Amino acid sequence: MTRKPRERKKIRILVAKPGLDGHDRGILVLARAFRDAGMEVIYSGLLPTPEQVARMAVDEDVDVVALSLLNGAHMTAFPRVKKLLGKMGGGEILVVGGGIIPEDDKPKLLKLGITGLYGPGTSLEEIIAHVKDRVRKERWKER
Amino acid sequence: MLRGDGGEDYWKRRVGKVIAKRKAAGPLYDEKAIRDLRQGVKQWERVLEAWSKGKAERKVFQTASAIPLKPLYTPADVKDLDYSETGFPGVYPYLRGVYPDMYRGRPWTMRMFSGFGTPEDTNRRLKLLLQRGETGLSIAFDMPTLYGYDCDHQKAHGEVGRCGVNVSSLKDMEAIFDGVPLDEVSTSMTINAPAAVLTCMYAAVGKKSGVPPAKLRGTVQADMLKEYIAQKEWVYPPEAHLRIMRDLMVFCTKEMPLWNYISISGYHIREAGSSAIQELAFTLADGFGYVELGKEAGLHVDEFAPRLSFFFNSTMDFFEEIAKFRAARRIWATVLREKYGAKDPRSLLMRFHTQTSGASLTWQQPLNNIVRTTIEALAGVLGGTQSLHTNSFDEAWALPTEKAVEVALRTQQIIAEETGVSSVVDPLGGSYYVEWLTEQMEEEAYKYFDRIESAGGILKAITSGYLQREIAENSYRLSKRAESGEDSVVGVNKYSVEEEEKPIETLKIDFKAQRRQIQRLKQVKKSRDSAKVRAALDKIARAYESERENSIYPMLEAVTAYGTLGEIIEVGRSAFGEWKEPIFL
Repeated sequence: MTRKPRERKKIRILVAKPGLDGHDRGILVLARAFRDAGMEVIYSGLLPTPEQVARMAVDEDVDVVALSLLNGAHMTAFPRVKKLLGKMGGGEILVVGGGIIPEDDKPKLLKLGITGLYGPGTSLEEIIAHVKDRVRKERWKER
Repeated sequence: MLRGDGGEDYWKRRVGKVIAKRKAAGPLYDEKAIRDLRQGVKQWERVLEAWSKGKAERKVFQTASAIPLKPLYTPADVKDLDYSETGFPGVYPYLRGVYPDMYRGRPWTMRMFSGFGTPEDTNRRLKLLLQRGETGLSIAFDMPTLYGYDCDHQKAHGEVGRCGVNVSSLKDMEAIFDGVPLDEVSTSMTINAPAAVLTCMYAAVGKKSGVPPAKLRGTVQADMLKEYIAQKEWVYPPEAHLRIMRDLMVFCTKEMPLWNYISISGYHIREAGSSAIQELAFTLADGFGYVELGKEAGLHVDEFAPRLSFFFNSTMDFFEEIAKFRAARRIWATVLREKYGAKDPRSLLMRFHTQTSGASLTWQQPLNNIVRTTIEALAGVLGGTQSLHTNSFDEAWALPTEKAVEVALRTQQIIAEETGVSSVVDPLGGSYYVEWLTEQMEEEAYKYFDRIESAGGILKAITSGYLQREIAENSYRLSKRAESGEDSVVGVNKYSVEEEEKPIETLKIDFKAQRRQIQRLKQVKKSRDSAKVRAALDKIARAYESERENSIYPMLEAVTAYGTLGEIIEVGRSAFGEWKEPIFL
C-alpha cells in the first residue's frame, strides 16, 4: 500500500540543555510529551556545550531543536546554538526554546528565529502544536 | 542502604511491623467504642449518599501523591494510635517536634536565600537582609561556581553571576562577607560538588577576621547523592564525591564542630517532579547512606549524626506536607536508634530547613504566588520546621527584586507574629486525618526503603537510573494531570485571562559581572605566591591517591594561598574523571 508522502513523515526533534544547567524536569517532561505526540525524540543528556548540541542536531538530521534553560544563560546559549547550526550546515534546522525567559529578552530571541519561549506551566499541547506547526510550514513546506 | 545490606532485611521487617501495628487496636480507644463508631460511620455514609444524590461526582479525591482519600476521618482510622509512639515534643521519637517548647521559646529562623552578580552585589543584599531582621544568611551561587569552573573558563561564558554569586577564589569570599560579623551570624551555603572548597574558604575568611574555625556556624549543602538523583550538579563519579564528603565529615568533626557539613536535601528531589512520598523516602534513604558513610570513616554514629540536618520542600497539598514532616521525624529517630545504634538524643532528632516550592509558582498572574507561598510556609511551620525560606512572587520570571524579597520575608513575620500558630506545639497533632496521613506516609516510605535496598542500595539505584526514572515518571504524571485539568492551577488552567499585560518589574542582572570577576581573578593570580599554590595543589592530588589521607587539610592550604576553585576542582578531575549520567528516558 502506498502512503501519501506526508504520512511517512515523523518529526525528529532534539531536546537539549546547552551549558551548565541541571534543571531537567521540564525537558524530561517535554521529551515524553513529544514522544507520545508521535515524534522521534533525541535527548542530549546533561551539560553539553552549544557546540555539542549543534553537532548532534546536524548529525542526527533533526527537523527541530528544542532548548530549555532555567539558569539565566539563555541570551548567550540559545543564539550560540542557532549560529553554530548555520556554520555546521544545519541552517534549516528550526530552533525553539523555553525556560525562565524574561519578557525583555523575548524580542531579541524571536528576531533570531528562536520561537516558543514558553515559561513553566505552559500547556504541553500548546508547545507540541507550535513545534508541529513550524515543522509543517517551514520544513515540509505544507500550507 | 548505601551499598546494599547483604540480605539483612531490616526494611522488610520494619514494613511488616508498621502494617501489623496499623491493623491492631491501640490502647487509646476502647474496642467496643470503635465498633459502635464503625456502625455510626456506616449510617453517616447513607446520609452522605442521600445528600450527594443527583449531584454529579465532582472528582476523585486523592492527595498529590495519589493516596486515595475518604470524605471523613474518625477515631476508627487511627484506632491503633499508641501515644507512647507519638510521644512529646523534644522527646523520642520526636513526631511532634524536636524541641519541647518549639516556637514558644524562639520562632523558626527566617533564612532567605540570596546571591547574584558580583560578590559586592551579594554583600549589599546580605547586609540589607540583616538590617531588616533576618536571622540567618543563605547564599546562592552561580552555575560556574556550582560546577567548579572559574569565571574565566570557556564553559562559564554567559553564566557568571546569572543565578547566584560567583566565587572563583578566596578574594571573592572576602568581598561577600566584608563587614559581616561571622561570629554572630550563621551562614548557609547552597553548594554541593565544591562544598569542601567553599567550607575551606569560609574557614579562611573567618581566620583572617579573627574568628577561629571552631566558632563558625553554618551549613553547606554538600549532599551529593541528591545531585545524582535530582539536581544534577556534579563533577566526579559518585564514589569520588562520597570520598571527599567523608573527608569533610572527619575534618569538621575535629576542626569545625559547629559546622553542618551536610544538609540532606529533599527539596530538589521534589522540585524535579517527585511526589511527597518519594521526597520523604529518597531523602531519608540518602540520610541513612551518609550515616553508613560516617561509620565507614571510622566515626561513631553519635560523633557525627547530631550535625546532620535536613532540607525539605513545602508545596501546595497542605495536609500531605504536614504529614510528611511529622513522619520524617519519627522515621529518622526510629531507624537511627534501631538500625544504627545511636544513643545520643541529638543524633535522633531531625532538624530541618524548609523552602516553599519554586515549581509551584506560575509566571501567569504572579501576585497569586504570594498566596501560594503563604500556604506552603504555613505547612512548613505546622510541620515543625527549624528554619524557612519563602520564595518571592516574581521568581517564575527572574531572580527576585528587593521588593519581592521583602514581601516574602514579611509573609513569615506575619505567620510568626500575627496568627498565633506559634503558641501551641504541633497544633494539628490528634487530628484524625493528619494522624492517619502521617502513618500512611510512614508506611509508604518504609516500602520504598525496602525497594531501594532490594535494588542494591542507593548507589546502585542511582547508577541504574532507577530513582531518576521514578521521579521523571511522577513528574510526567503531574504534567498530564495539570494538562487535563484534573489538578487545578489557578491562573494557568483555570481562571486564566487571555491577554496579560506585563505586570511586574523584574531584577536585571548586570552583564558586567563577568568582566569584573575575570579582572579580579587575573589580579589574584598575579599577586599570589604561585609556588605555594602549586605545592598545595600537589598535596591534594597526593591525598586523593591515598585512602588514608584527608584531602581537606591541603585544600585549606590551597585556598589560603589563593588557589582558585577551578584549580582545586581540576585536581579531582584528573584523579577521578567526570560523571556521565545513565540514560533513563
